[in-house]
Amino acid sequence: MTATGALVASGFFSSPAVGTALVIGAAVALVSGPLGVFTVIRGQSFAGEALGDIGMSGGSGAYLAGVGPLWGFLVAGVAAAALMELLGVQRRRGRDLATGVVLGSGLGLAALFLYLNSTEHGADVTMTVLFGSLFTVDRSTLPLVLVLALLVLLALGAIARPLLLASTSPELAAARGVPVALVGAAYLVALSLSVALCAITIGSILSTALLVGPAAASLRLARRPGRAMAVAAALGVAATWLGVLLAYDSYDWPPHHRGWPVSFFVVALVLVEYMLCGLIGGRRRAPHPAPDTAPPAALGG
Amino acid sequence: MFSGFMVDTWLAGILVALLAGAVGFFVVLRGSTFVAHALPNGSFAGAAGAALLGVSTFVGLAVFAVLGALSIAGLGRRGRHDAVTALVLVLMLALGALFIVLGAQYAPAVDALLFGELLGVSAAQLGPTVVITAVCLLALVLLYRPLLLSTVLPDSAQARGVGAGVVELCFLLVVALATAMTVPVVGTLLVFSLMVGAPAAARAVCDRPGRALALSIAIALTAVSAAIAGSYETDYPVGFFVGTVSAGCYVLGRLVGTRRRRVDHGAAEPAAA
Repeated sequence: MTATGALVASGFFSSPAVGTALVIGAAVALVSGPLGVFTVIRGQSFAGEALGDIGMSGGSGAYLAGVGPLWGFLVAGVAAAALMELLGVQRRRGRDLATGVVLGSGLGLAALFLYLNSTEHGADVTMTVLFGSLFTVDRSTLPLVLVLALLVLLALGAIARPLLLASTSPELAAARGVPVALVGAAYLVALSLSVALCAITIGSILSTALLVGPAAASLRLARRPGRAMAVAAALGVAATWLGVLLAYDSYDWPPHHRGWPVSFFVVALVLVEYMLCGLIGGRRRAPHPAPDTAPPAALGG
Repeated sequence: MFSGFMVDTWLAGILVALLAGAVGFFVVLRGSTFVAHALPNGSFAGAAGAALLGVSTFVGLAVFAVLGALSIAGLGRRGRHDAVTALVLVLMLALGALFIVLGAQYAPAVDALLFGELLGVSAAQLGPTVVITAVCLLALVLLYRPLLLSTVLPDSAQARGVGAGVVELCFLLVVALATAMTVPVVGTLLVFSLMVGAPAAARAVCDRPGRALALSIAIALTAVSAAIAGSYETDYPVGFFVGTVSAGCYVLGRLVGTRRRRVDHGAAEPAAA
């Protein structure tokens, strides 16, 4: 009892804010982990990051319009995904540029909206939109988060097999009659929804961590896609839950007992998981001095 | 608009545009868009940390941008970014958030850091800004040929004894320094727009490296001057104008480029960026 007492500050399990945070964190991590595996395999981490950053303009716009930020993240994310698709994000060549240009204009808009917000509502909006806070997520968004999470999972389940083939060898997939472009577009939409969920959890500019981090970590451990997706989901849930716990504890920490940001803990934990998985994976592979067999696309490009 | 303290702003803006246009040209040519996004992210933590410790923002920016450059060079394989690079840089952003909370900084300062501030460069900082611009431009002149060669023909460059690793590292350091001096004016998040939008537009219009480089600098100058003027008139953040003008130039450049190519070759081939 004393051990848990030292680890968990009092009131952790009875606080409704913590309950909401844990449920939302778990739901989001369960979705973003498996989806992130494809992001890493397809080398689209930058696209994921860009979608998150563009979500900033949506989130801040939503505050201006007086609707929930999640709606803003969603609308901006899907619109940006469509624009990137139009400018050619699926081509290996030049896609970083397409992503970059859309990202640049999105950031410009975000700058304007956040400025307008800070003149109207005071300045806390910037920190909330950018760096998020699981503790302040409104309980009424919970059903929407759960529905979206379920939707993305179902969509992923439907396109997982053709998507995997299209991601690893597009030529083979095309030869087998997989509509590669269509699958890619569907995946991009799922990605933008998932990024919106991550944005509400740890903030729009940090959303990459939850999307790519657990997935990249799991791919260092597991070779099979199915197993990697399961491991990624588990790692994501572990990071968010432990992050929430530490953030709750940190209200007793120096320098002024106002708590450290939840998002900081989640991001740091994700990075720690990535390093640990590298150590474990490296040791396990050490007896076989085979050349690096990681899928080449996992390096991004 | 051109009097008193605004003179410093204009001078700083011109220097920033010069450097960002030139550095950005190579960023786009080498496909290092991600680097131009990641380094400012890293430097954000530096600026926030500097405020926490009471050191000059500029020092914090420079230290973290250089650290970011070194970590990208160390972690990325052969210039390719991989997931770990993204994670490290997101961690830096999160550290920035932590520093802000710990330092209990008031939010307008955060906004200025992220989205730029008209008066971001004081007279005292103008000296270092000039020096850094000169150093970076000199480095780019020296690196011009090896950079072009190792970008376009990596194998041939290797054969001629141009060390790809050394060139890459030097280039990253130049980007880092350029980032550090651009951030106070246009903000951490919008450095990227300037470094990618302008050169991408230039490249869409002309194919020759020398001419594209000059055009890229010209577009960056236009974007920054428009941003400074717009921000002065409306009070909106500088970054908003930089972002929208850069993206607008890119769209325009692509339209012009596509059209010209159609006229030149009579082919309906879309311009590959």
